[in-house]
Amino acid sequence: MKTLFLLAGTAALALAASGAARAEPFHYAFQGDVQSLDPMGLNETFTIGYLGNIYEGLTHYDKDMKIEPGLATDWKQTGPDTWRFNLRKNVKFHGGQDFTAEDVVFSWKRSLTEGSDFKGYGQKIKDIKVIDDHTIDITTPEPNPIFPREVVYLYIMDKGWAEEHNATKATSPKAGDDNSTYAAQHANGTGPFELVSRQPDVKSTLKRFDGYWDKDIPTNVTDVTFTPISQDATRTAALISGELDMAWPIPLQDWNRLENAKGVKILHAPDARTIFLGMDQFRDELLYSSVKGKNPLKDKKVREAMAHAIDLKVIDQKIMRGAAEPAGELIGPQINGFVKSLNTPYEYDPEKSKKLLEEAGYPDGFELGMDCPNNRYVNDALICQAVAGLLARVGIRIDLNAQPKSKYFAKVSPQSGNDTSFYLLGWTPSTFDAHNALFNLVATFDTEKNQGQFNYGHYSNPKIDELTDKIVSETDQAKRQEMITEAMTLLKDDVGYLPIHQQPLSWGVRDGVSVAQRADDVIDLRDVVIEKAK
Amino acid sequence: MILFIAKRAAQAVLVMLVVALIAFALFRYVGDPINNMVGQDTTFEQRQELRQTLGLNDPFFVQFARFVGHAVQGDFGQSYQLRQPVSELIAQRFPATFELSMVSALMALVIGIPMGVYTALNRKSISSRLFMTLSLVGISLPTFLIGILLILFFGVILRWLPTFGRGEVVQIGWWSTGLLTKSGLESLIMPAITLAIFQMTLIVRLVRAEMLEVLRTDYVKFARARGLKPRTVNFTIALKNTLVPVMTIIGLQVGSIIAFAIITESVFQWPGMGLLFIQAIHQVDIPIMAAYLMLIALIFVIINLIVDILYVVVDPRLRVSGK
Repeated sequence: MKTLFLLAGTAALALAASGAARAEPFHYAFQGDVQSLDPMGLNETFTIGYLGNIYEGLTHYDKDMKIEPGLATDWKQTGPDTWRFNLRKNVKFHGGQDFTAEDVVFSWKRSLTEGSDFKGYGQKIKDIKVIDDHTIDITTPEPNPIFPREVVYLYIMDKGWAEEHNATKATSPKAGDDNSTYAAQHANGTGPFELVSRQPDVKSTLKRFDGYWDKDIPTNVTDVTFTPISQDATRTAALISGELDMAWPIPLQDWNRLENAKGVKILHAPDARTIFLGMDQFRDELLYSSVKGKNPLKDKKVREAMAHAIDLKVIDQKIMRGAAEPAGELIGPQINGFVKSLNTPYEYDPEKSKKLLEEAGYPDGFELGMDCPNNRYVNDALICQAVAGLLARVGIRIDLNAQPKSKYFAKVSPQSGNDTSFYLLGWTPSTFDAHNALFNLVATFDTEKNQGQFNYGHYSNPKIDELTDKIVSETDQAKRQEMITEAMTLLKDDVGYLPIHQQPLSWGVRDGVSVAQRADDVIDLRDVVIEKAK
Repeated sequence: MILFIAKRAAQAVLVMLVVALIAFALFRYVGDPINNMVGQDTTFEQRQELRQTLGLNDPFFVQFARFVGHAVQGDFGQSYQLRQPVSELIAQRFPATFELSMVSALMALVIGIPMGVYTALNRKSISSRLFMTLSLVGISLPTFLIGILLILFFGVILRWLPTFGRGEVVQIGWWSTGLLTKSGLESLIMPAITLAIFQMTLIVRLVRAEMLEVLRTDYVKFARARGLKPRTVNFTIALKNTLVPVMTIIGLQVGSIIAFAIITESVFQWPGMGLLFIQAIHQVDIPIMAAYLMLIALIFVIINLIVDILYVVVDPRLRVSGK
């Protein structure tokens, strides 16, 4: 409270000097901190979402996750693998430098340096030809129908600034001296807010950038304070006590408290992240099962039996407070390529499950080990417990191993040889396009081609692999959609995965503050409006 | 005396090495740091490469030797997550933990000692019994719960005090202090009480027990017989003799206050070393975990060393065995 007054006070002074409107402070909290201010440091949703207020890419997601112009005013595909981007004129960096084509080239090259976690995006560009200061031609290694989506998070830095501060390479976790980590602690972008101060894990403050090119963004916020609060109970209490304007995530079990408290409300909507169950479909004998000598999960009938035994409605009602969206497809409606008819969940029919298990040769069911994170997704461990209970009804007895995400991922990921038989995972395609999900989750596991990295159960269907290879470069959008639909239909017929639901976003907001709840769980300060001060 | 200190110092180094060894053995079970350091689009090869550059593929003893080798030169490496030198991070967080711990220790002493004396002198009174019951509650309630209850009552319902953080701080050189601003002091109250309650109840019970013992001794009886004022007897003669063991315990407790600040710090999002450590565990930030554990071990070792030296200074009988 007092902090806010102080902040408001200083901000008022600053504004009085510049002659702008009155100060509107905005104070918010998330469970974790911004990991690095280096825009190429860590490709993690919260970090890049926060940095999106300071830095900008050529394109930008609007509040409905549609692509809109960012630092490029418009673009068009001039050849199968070339794109012409017209860059915005009269754009200034916070430090006063002009934004030009050479900054784009520089930022792209920086994204390919050793410490960068954005090499994947940088590699989508083969070359950038500078036509003039505000026109560039980008060539891609292969035709890329969704290229404008691939550059959203390729944030543009000023070349001169980076050179001046010896920050021309992305900060690496191995970097030793202070110079090389300059960009991790300082920022100079073109976005609507500029960095004022940063104390890792304590707080970060931003202020409105007066010289921002877009005068039409809705926000009236002038000063922003961000604090990470890791304890759920403390975060919720801080919001109810009026110290914060917004906090998230709010645990679902605290919704009642917020609804009963005055002056705060819950905002929820389906997250673009789909939660699903994966099964070992490659080993000849499961690592964790009572069945020896064969792998029951290789049998489609068994997978089908499991699909019909899991009551998604019960999970939604009992565990997610009815706020989740039961899913039948591996991607949600916000994702490019989504097919509505495929999203109908497998029907809940335990009798059918029992029959299928009998047909498959397991009339008495079997034991199966399950891996589950307990601090990664919304109520993840509870979902696993519910799944275990539901599967037990048809005879599949689950031995659940729920552990913190660091341990869980160390166990199930490829580096430990996918040490799991049955697991829960969530996925948001970072490009918001179906190909990303097909490539990472569905395509055959192959480290050479780098595909199927998150296909922990090694599901494999050559036909889908073939389609995935074509989808990546098919520029005819109608044909492309047809292939996506075909691949997703094949997956569903195979029961390759068991989708659970789209988990709910759960934000707590003070009355008198309006925000746009984006499906990727990012709060864009451009859309934050303070209607009524505290 | 010098030989005694040298011997103790050598033992201290051994203790530190053992702590480091145990810590390193445990790090293999905390999970995989790589997954927290890269985004989902990072390829398998890039992950393996990072693992290799960080030396995580090396055998256990190679990693341990490298850590010790760098640590003796004062280099604790770079945080995986925050990408800053660990020694710098710990130096930034130390003032917050130190101020919190010292204020709690002071609070525990200033309230605990008089309360202990009072309950010893007025054993039968209702207020004494009330204090003792309360101290039982204080000693058995988990710190986490006390913190949350305080937040609920003073932060959410009454809205008197801030629920999290350290408020505004003032920078004096490298030291950041929250003791000089109003919001800093307000923010300190609840975490300090939370951390102090256990120590306070411990002191109350210890002082009371020691006091009751001393009050039964002959020299107190004699002092009373001499007709000295009860006040002089109780405070000058009895309390002084009580404080010797109390001081020892308190000295040792200072170490645990700093170490146990972890829970209080995470409940109140207090930006100290404990919070840094907790977050490091979540992110498997091994360099921070290693440095923090070493520092806590060092603090305990130093306090013990001082206590040992003080014993020798206070009690001449111990010097013989020291030789």
